[in-house]
Amino acid sequence: MKTFHKGGVHPNDHKLNADAPAQILTYDGPLCIMVSQHLGAPSVPIVKRGDKVKRGQPLTENTAFVGSVVHAPVSGLIQNVSEAPDTGNFARPAIFIQPEGDESEDFIVDDPTLNREIRLSPGEIIERIKAMGIVGLGGACFPTHVKLSIPKDCKAEYLLINGVECEPFLIDDYRLMLDKPDEILVGIHILMKALSVQKAIIGIEANKPKAIALLKEKAAAYAGITVEALKMKYPQGAEKQLVKALTGREVPSGKLPVHAGCVIQNVGTCFAVYEAVQKHKPLTERLVTVTGPCVESPRNFWVKIGTPVSALVEACGGLPENTGKIVAGGPMMGKALPHLNLPVTKGLSALLLLPEEQAHRRAAEHCIRCGKCVEACPMGLEPYLLHAAVRNQRMDLCERHHITDCIECGCCQYTCPSFRPLLDTLRLGKSKVNQIIRNRNTPHQ
Amino acid sequence: MPAEQSVSPKMIVSGSPHIHGPESVSKIMWGVVIALLPALAVSIYYFGLPALRTVLVSTATCVALEWLIQRFLFKKPGSLQDGSAVITGLLLAFNLPATLPWWMTVIGATAAIGLAKMAYGGLGNNPFNPALVGRVFLLISFPVAMTTWPQPQPMFGTAPAGQPAVEIGAATELAADALTGPTPLGVIKEGLQQGLTIDESLKSLGLSPVEMLTGQRAGSLGEVSVLAILLGGLFLLWRRIITWHIPAAFLGSAFVFAAILHAAAPQAFPPPGFSLLSGGIMLGAFFMATDMVTSPMTPWGKIIFGLGCGLLTILIRNFGAYPEGVSFAILIMNAFVPLINRGFKPKRYGC
Repeated sequence: MKTFHKGGVHPNDHKLNADAPAQILTYDGPLCIMVSQHLGAPSVPIVKRGDKVKRGQPLTENTAFVGSVVHAPVSGLIQNVSEAPDTGNFARPAIFIQPEGDESEDFIVDDPTLNREIRLSPGEIIERIKAMGIVGLGGACFPTHVKLSIPKDCKAEYLLINGVECEPFLIDDYRLMLDKPDEILVGIHILMKALSVQKAIIGIEANKPKAIALLKEKAAAYAGITVEALKMKYPQGAEKQLVKALTGREVPSGKLPVHAGCVIQNVGTCFAVYEAVQKHKPLTERLVTVTGPCVESPRNFWVKIGTPVSALVEACGGLPENTGKIVAGGPMMGKALPHLNLPVTKGLSALLLLPEEQAHRRAAEHCIRCGKCVEACPMGLEPYLLHAAVRNQRMDLCERHHITDCIECGCCQYTCPSFRPLLDTLRLGKSKVNQIIRNRNTPHQ
Repeated sequence: MPAEQSVSPKMIVSGSPHIHGPESVSKIMWGVVIALLPALAVSIYYFGLPALRTVLVSTATCVALEWLIQRFLFKKPGSLQDGSAVITGLLLAFNLPATLPWWMTVIGATAAIGLAKMAYGGLGNNPFNPALVGRVFLLISFPVAMTTWPQPQPMFGTAPAGQPAVEIGAATELAADALTGPTPLGVIKEGLQQGLTIDESLKSLGLSPVEMLTGQRAGSLGEVSVLAILLGGLFLLWRRIITWHIPAAFLGSAFVFAAILHAAAPQAFPPPGFSLLSGGIMLGAFFMATDMVTSPMTPWGKIIFGLGCGLLTILIRNFGAYPEGVSFAILIMNAFVPLINRGFKPKRYGC
């Protein structure tokens, strides 16, 4: 079985209640749509207070290439265009909608039958994907149309589909693969057409045998798509590690996967692409896992973008009394949320509720120079050295030792027997070094 | 910058990752202590109460001194739960003759913890292996006491080794008071100085390979039983506390170097198998050279470190003034660790 070879860790996968069916979350209260839900240039609202919007109507515009837009998940009245806290509790532009009536944009096709016939041309597909606000649903929210626009000096050979879900606890991609295999496979064909590549490989970790079997069976009817079972190892779902695991290639330092001939899309994105291209549906809902050691019945919900996360927790039996930490995403790379008064965004893959006793870090001890962080780093970096360099303000050393290659997977900190906050300092150092590099490359005026 | 901060009403906010692996410093250190137990049991079996006394004195001094220094010099609450002082104490005792006067053991333990470890700031900061510094400090200060080796006297009477041509039946008469005698390596060295060939020295030693493996020979308290050390070493490998690189490179290079010397002049250099079974090379390769704090970080660095240890050990044994060279070899290679860490980087992804 294939995998990547350098570094990585093996956390317990905690895929709790993975076979529970997905539920549709019904929520009638006002929705809060964050204006910018993607990585790139910020968007601008094009609706104002008092406007009536239809389901699927665009709420923002973005003229930048690396930009994306959001749409109304319901028909209703724009209550307000103001601000709401993001995951870091910073106030960001947001649009509030009070659901009202049941009007949809005419272009949306609500017929659920599978449509395998791809009518649009590659250019039209990319245009449609941008217009429907599709972003990478693995968590990074990078606009999908940008990934599909191949730079002139590169050639895409493989489309790699990320069904790895290597983060412990998360089960939303797994659920989607079981529930919507055909839609995902058509979505992959659409992406292959847009990229004009002949080969697509779906990578799935071995702890999801049902998904592997189902997709293998279904993929037989789709030309050019193969399914590869991967050995369990974190962070296999990271782009560079997935390229290595599936193709044996390495993405050159500082470059994108496309420089190794690969484009990577998450299975969730493939489904969203299917919906956008075949059903002309904008991205206004997604599958979210609500899980945690103390959650009564962990499961997945189809939830409208803009629903408060507290509604998700309520639907799962309420916040367990001893909850100490709420994580948006998985336990390795997710973000701890300050409270539950936040809206669901396109990038929210899971809500992980950790009990009080697991919420705290242990006090850091001296580095015993065991080298376990070096062993665990999937990028071949030396976290102990970078940690010391950042603390000593030696940004030159950080740059020379490739701190900018850090993918922030957290393996070093996970494995450190002295509980040192390695990733905290590496993140800090990485952003500082990136700033220094940007300043150096900006010509003085 | 606070590592975590609590926002309304009681949610913890901190950077990822939010889970931690099963490993911790104290688990690693107590794992090493467990790995040392077989060798400890064997040494008490062969050397009796003096061995137990030396181990207890050494460990108690190390633990007490570390606590006192942390409490009164570092002004921090003394914390001993990481277990590293216990390891230093055990390893130091393992490197001493079982019958060493107790006050010398105290001096050695003081040098190990005070000079080699706490003077640099405590666990993680010491460049040299503390137990070996303690041993070498004693070896230089008390050369006679440190090379007066008790002969093993098993608790359940079989013949003590190192006594040429003793019938098994005669063992009970011999097992009276503490007998002393040279180590196998000492016998070889002395023999060469007296003009004996290796074969003659080995013959006068009269040790079978089995006796070498089980530990029926004179030597430092914990180094004698190769089997017990291997058992502990396998435990360390299984627990992933050490990797194979250092022991394999150390023993491999020592074997190859010794084999080359032996092939070149069979009567001037002992055979390679004897070199691996005698002295403290097994203890050194599995427990001393693999000390995390004082060994390199990367796989290739560890291999270079192990190679250096093996070469230096054989070099010192055969060409130096001392019959044994493991401690010196490891300490010398400890000094190269910062350089090795600089020179041998992990293979970067995408470079």
